Amino acid sequence: MRRWIVVRPPGLPVSFRLGARVPAVLLALTLVTLAGMVLNVGYGEYPISPPDVVRTVLGIEAGDGNYGFIVNTLRLPRVLVAFAVGVALAVAGAILQGITRNPLAAPEIVGVNAGAGLAAVTLIVALPAVSVAYLPFAAFGGALVVATLVYLISWKGGGASPIRLILVGIGFAAMATALTTIMITFGEIYAVQQALVWLSGSVYARGWAELFALLPWLALFLPLAFAGARQLNALNLGDDVARSLGGRVELQRLSLIVVCVALAGAAVATAGAIGFVGLMAPHIARRLVGPSHEGLIPVAAMTGGMLVVLADLVGRAAFSPIEIPCGLITSAIGAPYFLYLLYRSRNL
Amino acid sequence: MGVRVWRSGYGRLLGLPVGVVALGGCLVLSVRFGAAEISTAEVIRAFTDFDDRSTGHLIVQTIRVPRALIAACVGAALAVAGAIMQGLTRNPLADPGILGINAGAALAVVAGVFLFGIGSIGVYALFAFLGAAVTAVVVYGLGSLGRGGMTPLKLTVAGAALTALFSSLTTAILILNERTLEEVRFWLAGSVAGRDLELFLRLLPYMGVGLVVALSLGRQITTLNLGEDIARGLGQRTGWVKALAALAVVLLAGGAVAAAGPIGFVGLVIPHVVRFFAGADYRWILPYSAICGAMLLVLSDVAARLVLRPQELPVGVMIALLGAPFFIYLARWKVKR
Repeated sequence: MRRWIVVRPPGLPVSFRLGARVPAVLLALTLVTLAGMVLNVGYGEYPISPPDVVRTVLGIEAGDGNYGFIVNTLRLPRVLVAFAVGVALAVAGAILQGITRNPLAAPEIVGVNAGAGLAAVTLIVALPAVSVAYLPFAAFGGALVVATLVYLISWKGGGASPIRLILVGIGFAAMATALTTIMITFGEIYAVQQALVWLSGSVYARGWAELFALLPWLALFLPLAFAGARQLNALNLGDDVARSLGGRVELQRLSLIVVCVALAGAAVATAGAIGFVGLMAPHIARRLVGPSHEGLIPVAAMTGGMLVVLADLVGRAAFSPIEIPCGLITSAIGAPYFLYLLYRSRNL
Repeated sequence: MGVRVWRSGYGRLLGLPVGVVALGGCLVLSVRFGAAEISTAEVIRAFTDFDDRSTGHLIVQTIRVPRALIAACVGAALAVAGAIMQGLTRNPLADPGILGINAGAALAVVAGVFLFGIGSIGVYALFAFLGAAVTAVVVYGLGSLGRGGMTPLKLTVAGAALTALFSSLTTAILILNERTLEEVRFWLAGSVAGRDLELFLRLLPYMGVGLVVALSLGRQITTLNLGEDIARGLGQRTGWVKALAALAVVLLAGGAVAAAGPIGFVGLVIPHVVRFFAGADYRWILPYSAICGAMLLVLSDVAARLVLRPQELPVGVMIALLGAPFFIYLARWKVKR
């Protein structure tokens, strides 16, 4: 018998229920993430011990006078960007897997990341004067265009079959990647340098400006994603069941896709294509708390943030002083995981 | 009437020399046009009356001619490898690039340079073949898992995932070892520009053997394409045919990657185009694929040099822009669930 926690805030028109394990799992993940963040901030050319990191972040004077600059200006925003990007990608992946009912769906597989990357590189190369705050808009636009095209072209006989969605997405990803290469060949050398750093899927040299460009998107679309959990649960049972439960299926699916594309686009605009987080995090979350989306979305979000923070730490520490972009680390873990999922779903 | 002559085989036989002549024309174009302006008369003089003090003559002889030949051979190898894969797996989406074989060969070369510091050209190629072979086995294995046996979807998705894995590992190695791998990085772009002629001449025998094996398997692959049971019922030893075909793919795709870096979509597009006029018989599809693949890569290379002159696009990018929409078209309209 599964136990549920029902949340009905008095006076507010919302109510939801969570699996009983969700708070404990969420707490454990948060602790691991915080530990990863502290280690990540402390690690580097100029090592800082974990207690000193915590003290500096809390504003208590610690160590010599450099700690404040190193922690608060250089390393902390980077770690927070890593976390935020992971959250956005993971929630986007959870939504996509929910609406396609396909365990293999992920933003990068259906071409959303490549579209966002193309739009952002185009902006960097063609209009180098534009501030980073506009990058998420461009990336969102690119992701939306590609996602719409993939969805429309995969549509056949009254539905977009998940299998066709993936194949068409692979095709669009190849095309967008080729166009991105053209932009890089074409562009001014300085702008191209900037675009290349950004493309490799890294949080290298991200600062407060990038974080504050990303946060509004999270603040707007994460609550919308959570609010869509109930509809995702219904959609997960199949379109017919969702419709008989009174849902306007196509409208719900469309709005959820917009949320998914906005989150993925904003994440890609900030840190480039960090691969396979949107695929792995929802699966891990489903293992931990089951398939109900009210619990799944927050747990997946925390898992995604944790994955990117840890991948960034590993990427910096493994071959120091050379830094491996965290996108490569997540791909190196995620691609075999994807193949494992393919193996597990072999008889579907 | 015309159709009947064509179907009878004589037309298709006559088409082959026509194709070879057209390919010759493409090669001439490739030698004639490039970043440097060299007049036609000057180009001809470079062959008839070579003068080693003339920059134009040197460009033609040492840069353009090798480049055109490499493009032609790589294009032919990739197209034939793609055609064999499509016939063998009965999968319209098969291509050495999409199924991860190019990425596997590239990773093997980069890892070989990184781990063992191989500099010798022969070993370089050996690693490319090894990577191609291992990847082919892994993709085939992953794609045939499960109840339904091998389906285009499973094979393609496994190939896409392996490509993602291999290319991220390749990038990681390159980042770790940036300075010493400058040459490999250039090679990885998927281009026929500035390729080492010596390396190419060392690779040519392998690709030649692969091509001969492939062309001699035309009849068997046509039969195998009807289904393994039918082929076995007709007395074919399917295990041998498959092994030989796989060997041909590894030699062709591995050799092409070692010579020009990973170039995708040639092996996807060309066999489909060839089927429009050569029918479903692989005895015709394979030679026509070789000719058309060579033409496609040579022409794309010319275009890659001319569109953004004086800058140059990697030819792999040009091909991807042509090939990816075609892939989408196939995935949307031609693949049954």
